[in-house]
Amino acid sequence: MTLMMFALAGGIGLGATWMTATRGVDIATVAIGPWLARPQAGTRSVDPYARAAIARSGELPLGIGDGVAFLASKDSDGRPLDGRCDVVIGGTTPAARFWTLTLHDLAGRLVANTLERYGFTSQEVVRGADGSFAVTLAPRARAGNWLPTGGIERYVVALRFYDTPVGGVSTRNQRDTPMPSIKTVGCPS
Amino acid sequence: MMRTLAVIVAGIVLGGIVHLVSVLALPRIATQDAYSRLAPLAAVNAMTQLDPATPETTLMPFMDPAFAVAVCRYDLGAGPLKLTVPVSQAYTSVSFYTAEEIAYYAINDRSAGRKTIELDLMTEAQHEDLPKDEEVTAADRLIIDSPSPTGLIVVKALAAEPGLMAQAKATLAAATCRVQSATDAAKRK
Repeated sequence: MTLMMFALAGGIGLGATWMTATRGVDIATVAIGPWLARPQAGTRSVDPYARAAIARSGELPLGIGDGVAFLASKDSDGRPLDGRCDVVIGGTTPAARFWTLTLHDLAGRLVANTLERYGFTSQEVVRGADGSFAVTLAPRARAGNWLPTGGIERYVVALRFYDTPVGGVSTRNQRDTPMPSIKTVGCPS
Repeated sequence: MMRTLAVIVAGIVLGGIVHLVSVLALPRIATQDAYSRLAPLAAVNAMTQLDPATPETTLMPFMDPAFAVAVCRYDLGAGPLKLTVPVSQAYTSVSFYTAEEIAYYAINDRSAGRKTIELDLMTEAQHEDLPKDEEVTAADRLIIDSPSPTGLIVVKALAAEPGLMAQAKATLAAATCRVQSATDAAKRK
């Protein structure tokens, strides 16, 4: 009976730790549309769950004095991002000295493609007359700002803002932090 | 029946404790965290440039490919550290992490406000040992207190487009991190 109790305790305890360190928990997570950020992870007051997740994944979080990273694995309608589809990320971005938009696979690696193009910086991206931009994520070449997905099934988009007030206490919603939308515009049937 | 229930309840409670302890212990025992990944590559108290991330070789997950990156793995046991980073034309930042990846400080070229970012890194004890009159001269020298005796300094220079990567790397090649010598201390008096 004692053995069963310890087995149960070990299973529940380590299972919960593995779950939270792998998937993360929503403590101190800022969600704006499909974009998620943990600005607190770049400060001294990082919570224990974020620390466990960082230690497990092996990443180095962006320090808040450097920038803030938003990740999206779904489009604005809640559909998982599919590398076989055409996905358009467009609109405006909050105030920052510059930003970068990068594709990663679920393990955080760059997405392989023959062009060796893994992302755009705000200085590379071609904009419309009103200053807004649109980047098309697709397996095949598209006109304008095209990011190749290499046709992988699932990917994550990282939108990182550098030298920015974003991530502070006034980062709460679309109104104070205008994030671009993510739309799946077509999938091969 | 009652006994089985008691065992289950005790197992769940103990499981909760196991969970909390393991979450808190994870940053300390992780072997694939960023510090452990960089330790074999980066010499102690010297600047090492990292290879750019590619889909095949990713040192750490979710690295931004728009940056040239150099790290200094520090050990303040030999005394305070002196860090000098020339500022590139685009954007340069310096981020400080403890050996358990707490991003305790980050600064960029604009907030440094100079052509060269110059910092002294020391433990709180070493900071307290500084002669008091040096605090006055310290006004134009930035002193950073490291919460731990070991950690990482990550220096990043932006390549706003792939063609500018060589330039960003050249900027980082001139960055230095070394233990302060006696002459440095004398010069400041």
